[in-house]
Amino acid sequence: MTYFADVRALARKDLLLELRARDTLPSMLLFVAAVFVVFHFSLPSGSSTLAASGLLWVAIVFTALLGLGRAFVPEREQRVLDALVLAPCDRSAIWLAKSLATLAFLVAAEIVALPLFALFFHGLRWSTIAGVALADLGICGVGTFVGATAVVTRARELLLPLLFLPLAIPLIIGGVGSSTVDAPGRYLGFLGLYDLLFALLCWAAFEYVVVE
Amino acid sequence: MIAARGVGRRFGDKRVLRALDFELPDRGFMTIIGPNGSGKTTLLRLCAGLSRPSEGELHVDVARERIGFLAHEPLVYRELTAVENLELYGKLYRVRERRERIGMLLERFGLWDARRERVSSYSRGMQQRLALCRVLLHEPQLLILDEPYTALDGEGAKLLDAQLAELVGERTFLVSTHDPARTDQFATTGLALA
Repeated sequence: MTYFADVRALARKDLLLELRARDTLPSMLLFVAAVFVVFHFSLPSGSSTLAASGLLWVAIVFTALLGLGRAFVPEREQRVLDALVLAPCDRSAIWLAKSLATLAFLVAAEIVALPLFALFFHGLRWSTIAGVALADLGICGVGTFVGATAVVTRARELLLPLLFLPLAIPLIIGGVGSSTVDAPGRYLGFLGLYDLLFALLCWAAFEYVVVE
Repeated sequence: MIAARGVGRRFGDKRVLRALDFELPDRGFMTIIGPNGSGKTTLLRLCAGLSRPSEGELHVDVARERIGFLAHEPLVYRELTAVENLELYGKLYRVRERRERIGMLLERFGLWDARRERVSSYSRGMQQRLALCRVLLHEPQLLILDEPYTALDGEGAKLLDAQLAELVGERTFLVSTHDPARTDQFATTGLALA
């Protein structure tokens, strides 16, 4: 149980830091709202709902990328990651806590973004919401892992999207599929499988990412 | 406690440490001196387990939770207060009677009155004092200190001297410094890097 106590302490710290600094969530909210406004005016009238569904997923992935880019900034600024790595907790707890905190920010942004999408384009299907929820898990798990890899490099701003976007393609395929087809079960199952597989991989490999 | 045999470290093409041999016995105090860029910090990071040698063998015979590492940076969150930072590390290190120990350290290093202020409002010297509190919080057996007197004023340096005097002979120390005269009174062995 100490593992989850460590995760809780680390995730609580991330939420507290965001509450104090307000660096991540406001920029995610402004970005996703701005994207929907731009899409609303750039899509020709009479465009299909399929096109709008695609745009929803573009907005989600890039909003998440914004949050992921900020995820390890507090650790990078004063090399605090070294102290966390030295602590006797399982190093995967750092990944899990950071993923949960990033997930909280992403979900908070989507609580605003999804109704906005429904307002600007067309209503939301339950399968879209389920797809977003499942994709969020994968985005935050994989994105946090990639963020930790990128944070120790000089080209971190470049490396994060370069590594993350190819890994997010299956999530976009699953997400768009779950939003557009009549029987979305197959796509939702695919998203769930992706989450499970990559969560296991990231959990097991995180230790090797944070030690030089 | 620490034994190095032919330890080297490269970063790409750049060789920072070459064929280093030394031993530091349990409860010993080793001072590491050398000019900037000689690899002092790299060696300390290797001993702390934050990095792995490119060549040679390095044995550090102490569990991770018994190591206290003081780096160039204080390794604390700037937007948290001193108490919040130490609470976090106290939980991760499973420090018993955490609040009492945090209070005792903050008082000892003269940070009690500023304990509820964010670290971002601290001077560099106060941050270094907080970093020392963080290092000592879990009562480590091996203390790895990278230029511990950096940024400390006269009073802070005296507090650190007193803390070292109290622990020398009970704990093992690996300390890098540009001012070896300061730690001469404690050192049992030395290592000069070129």
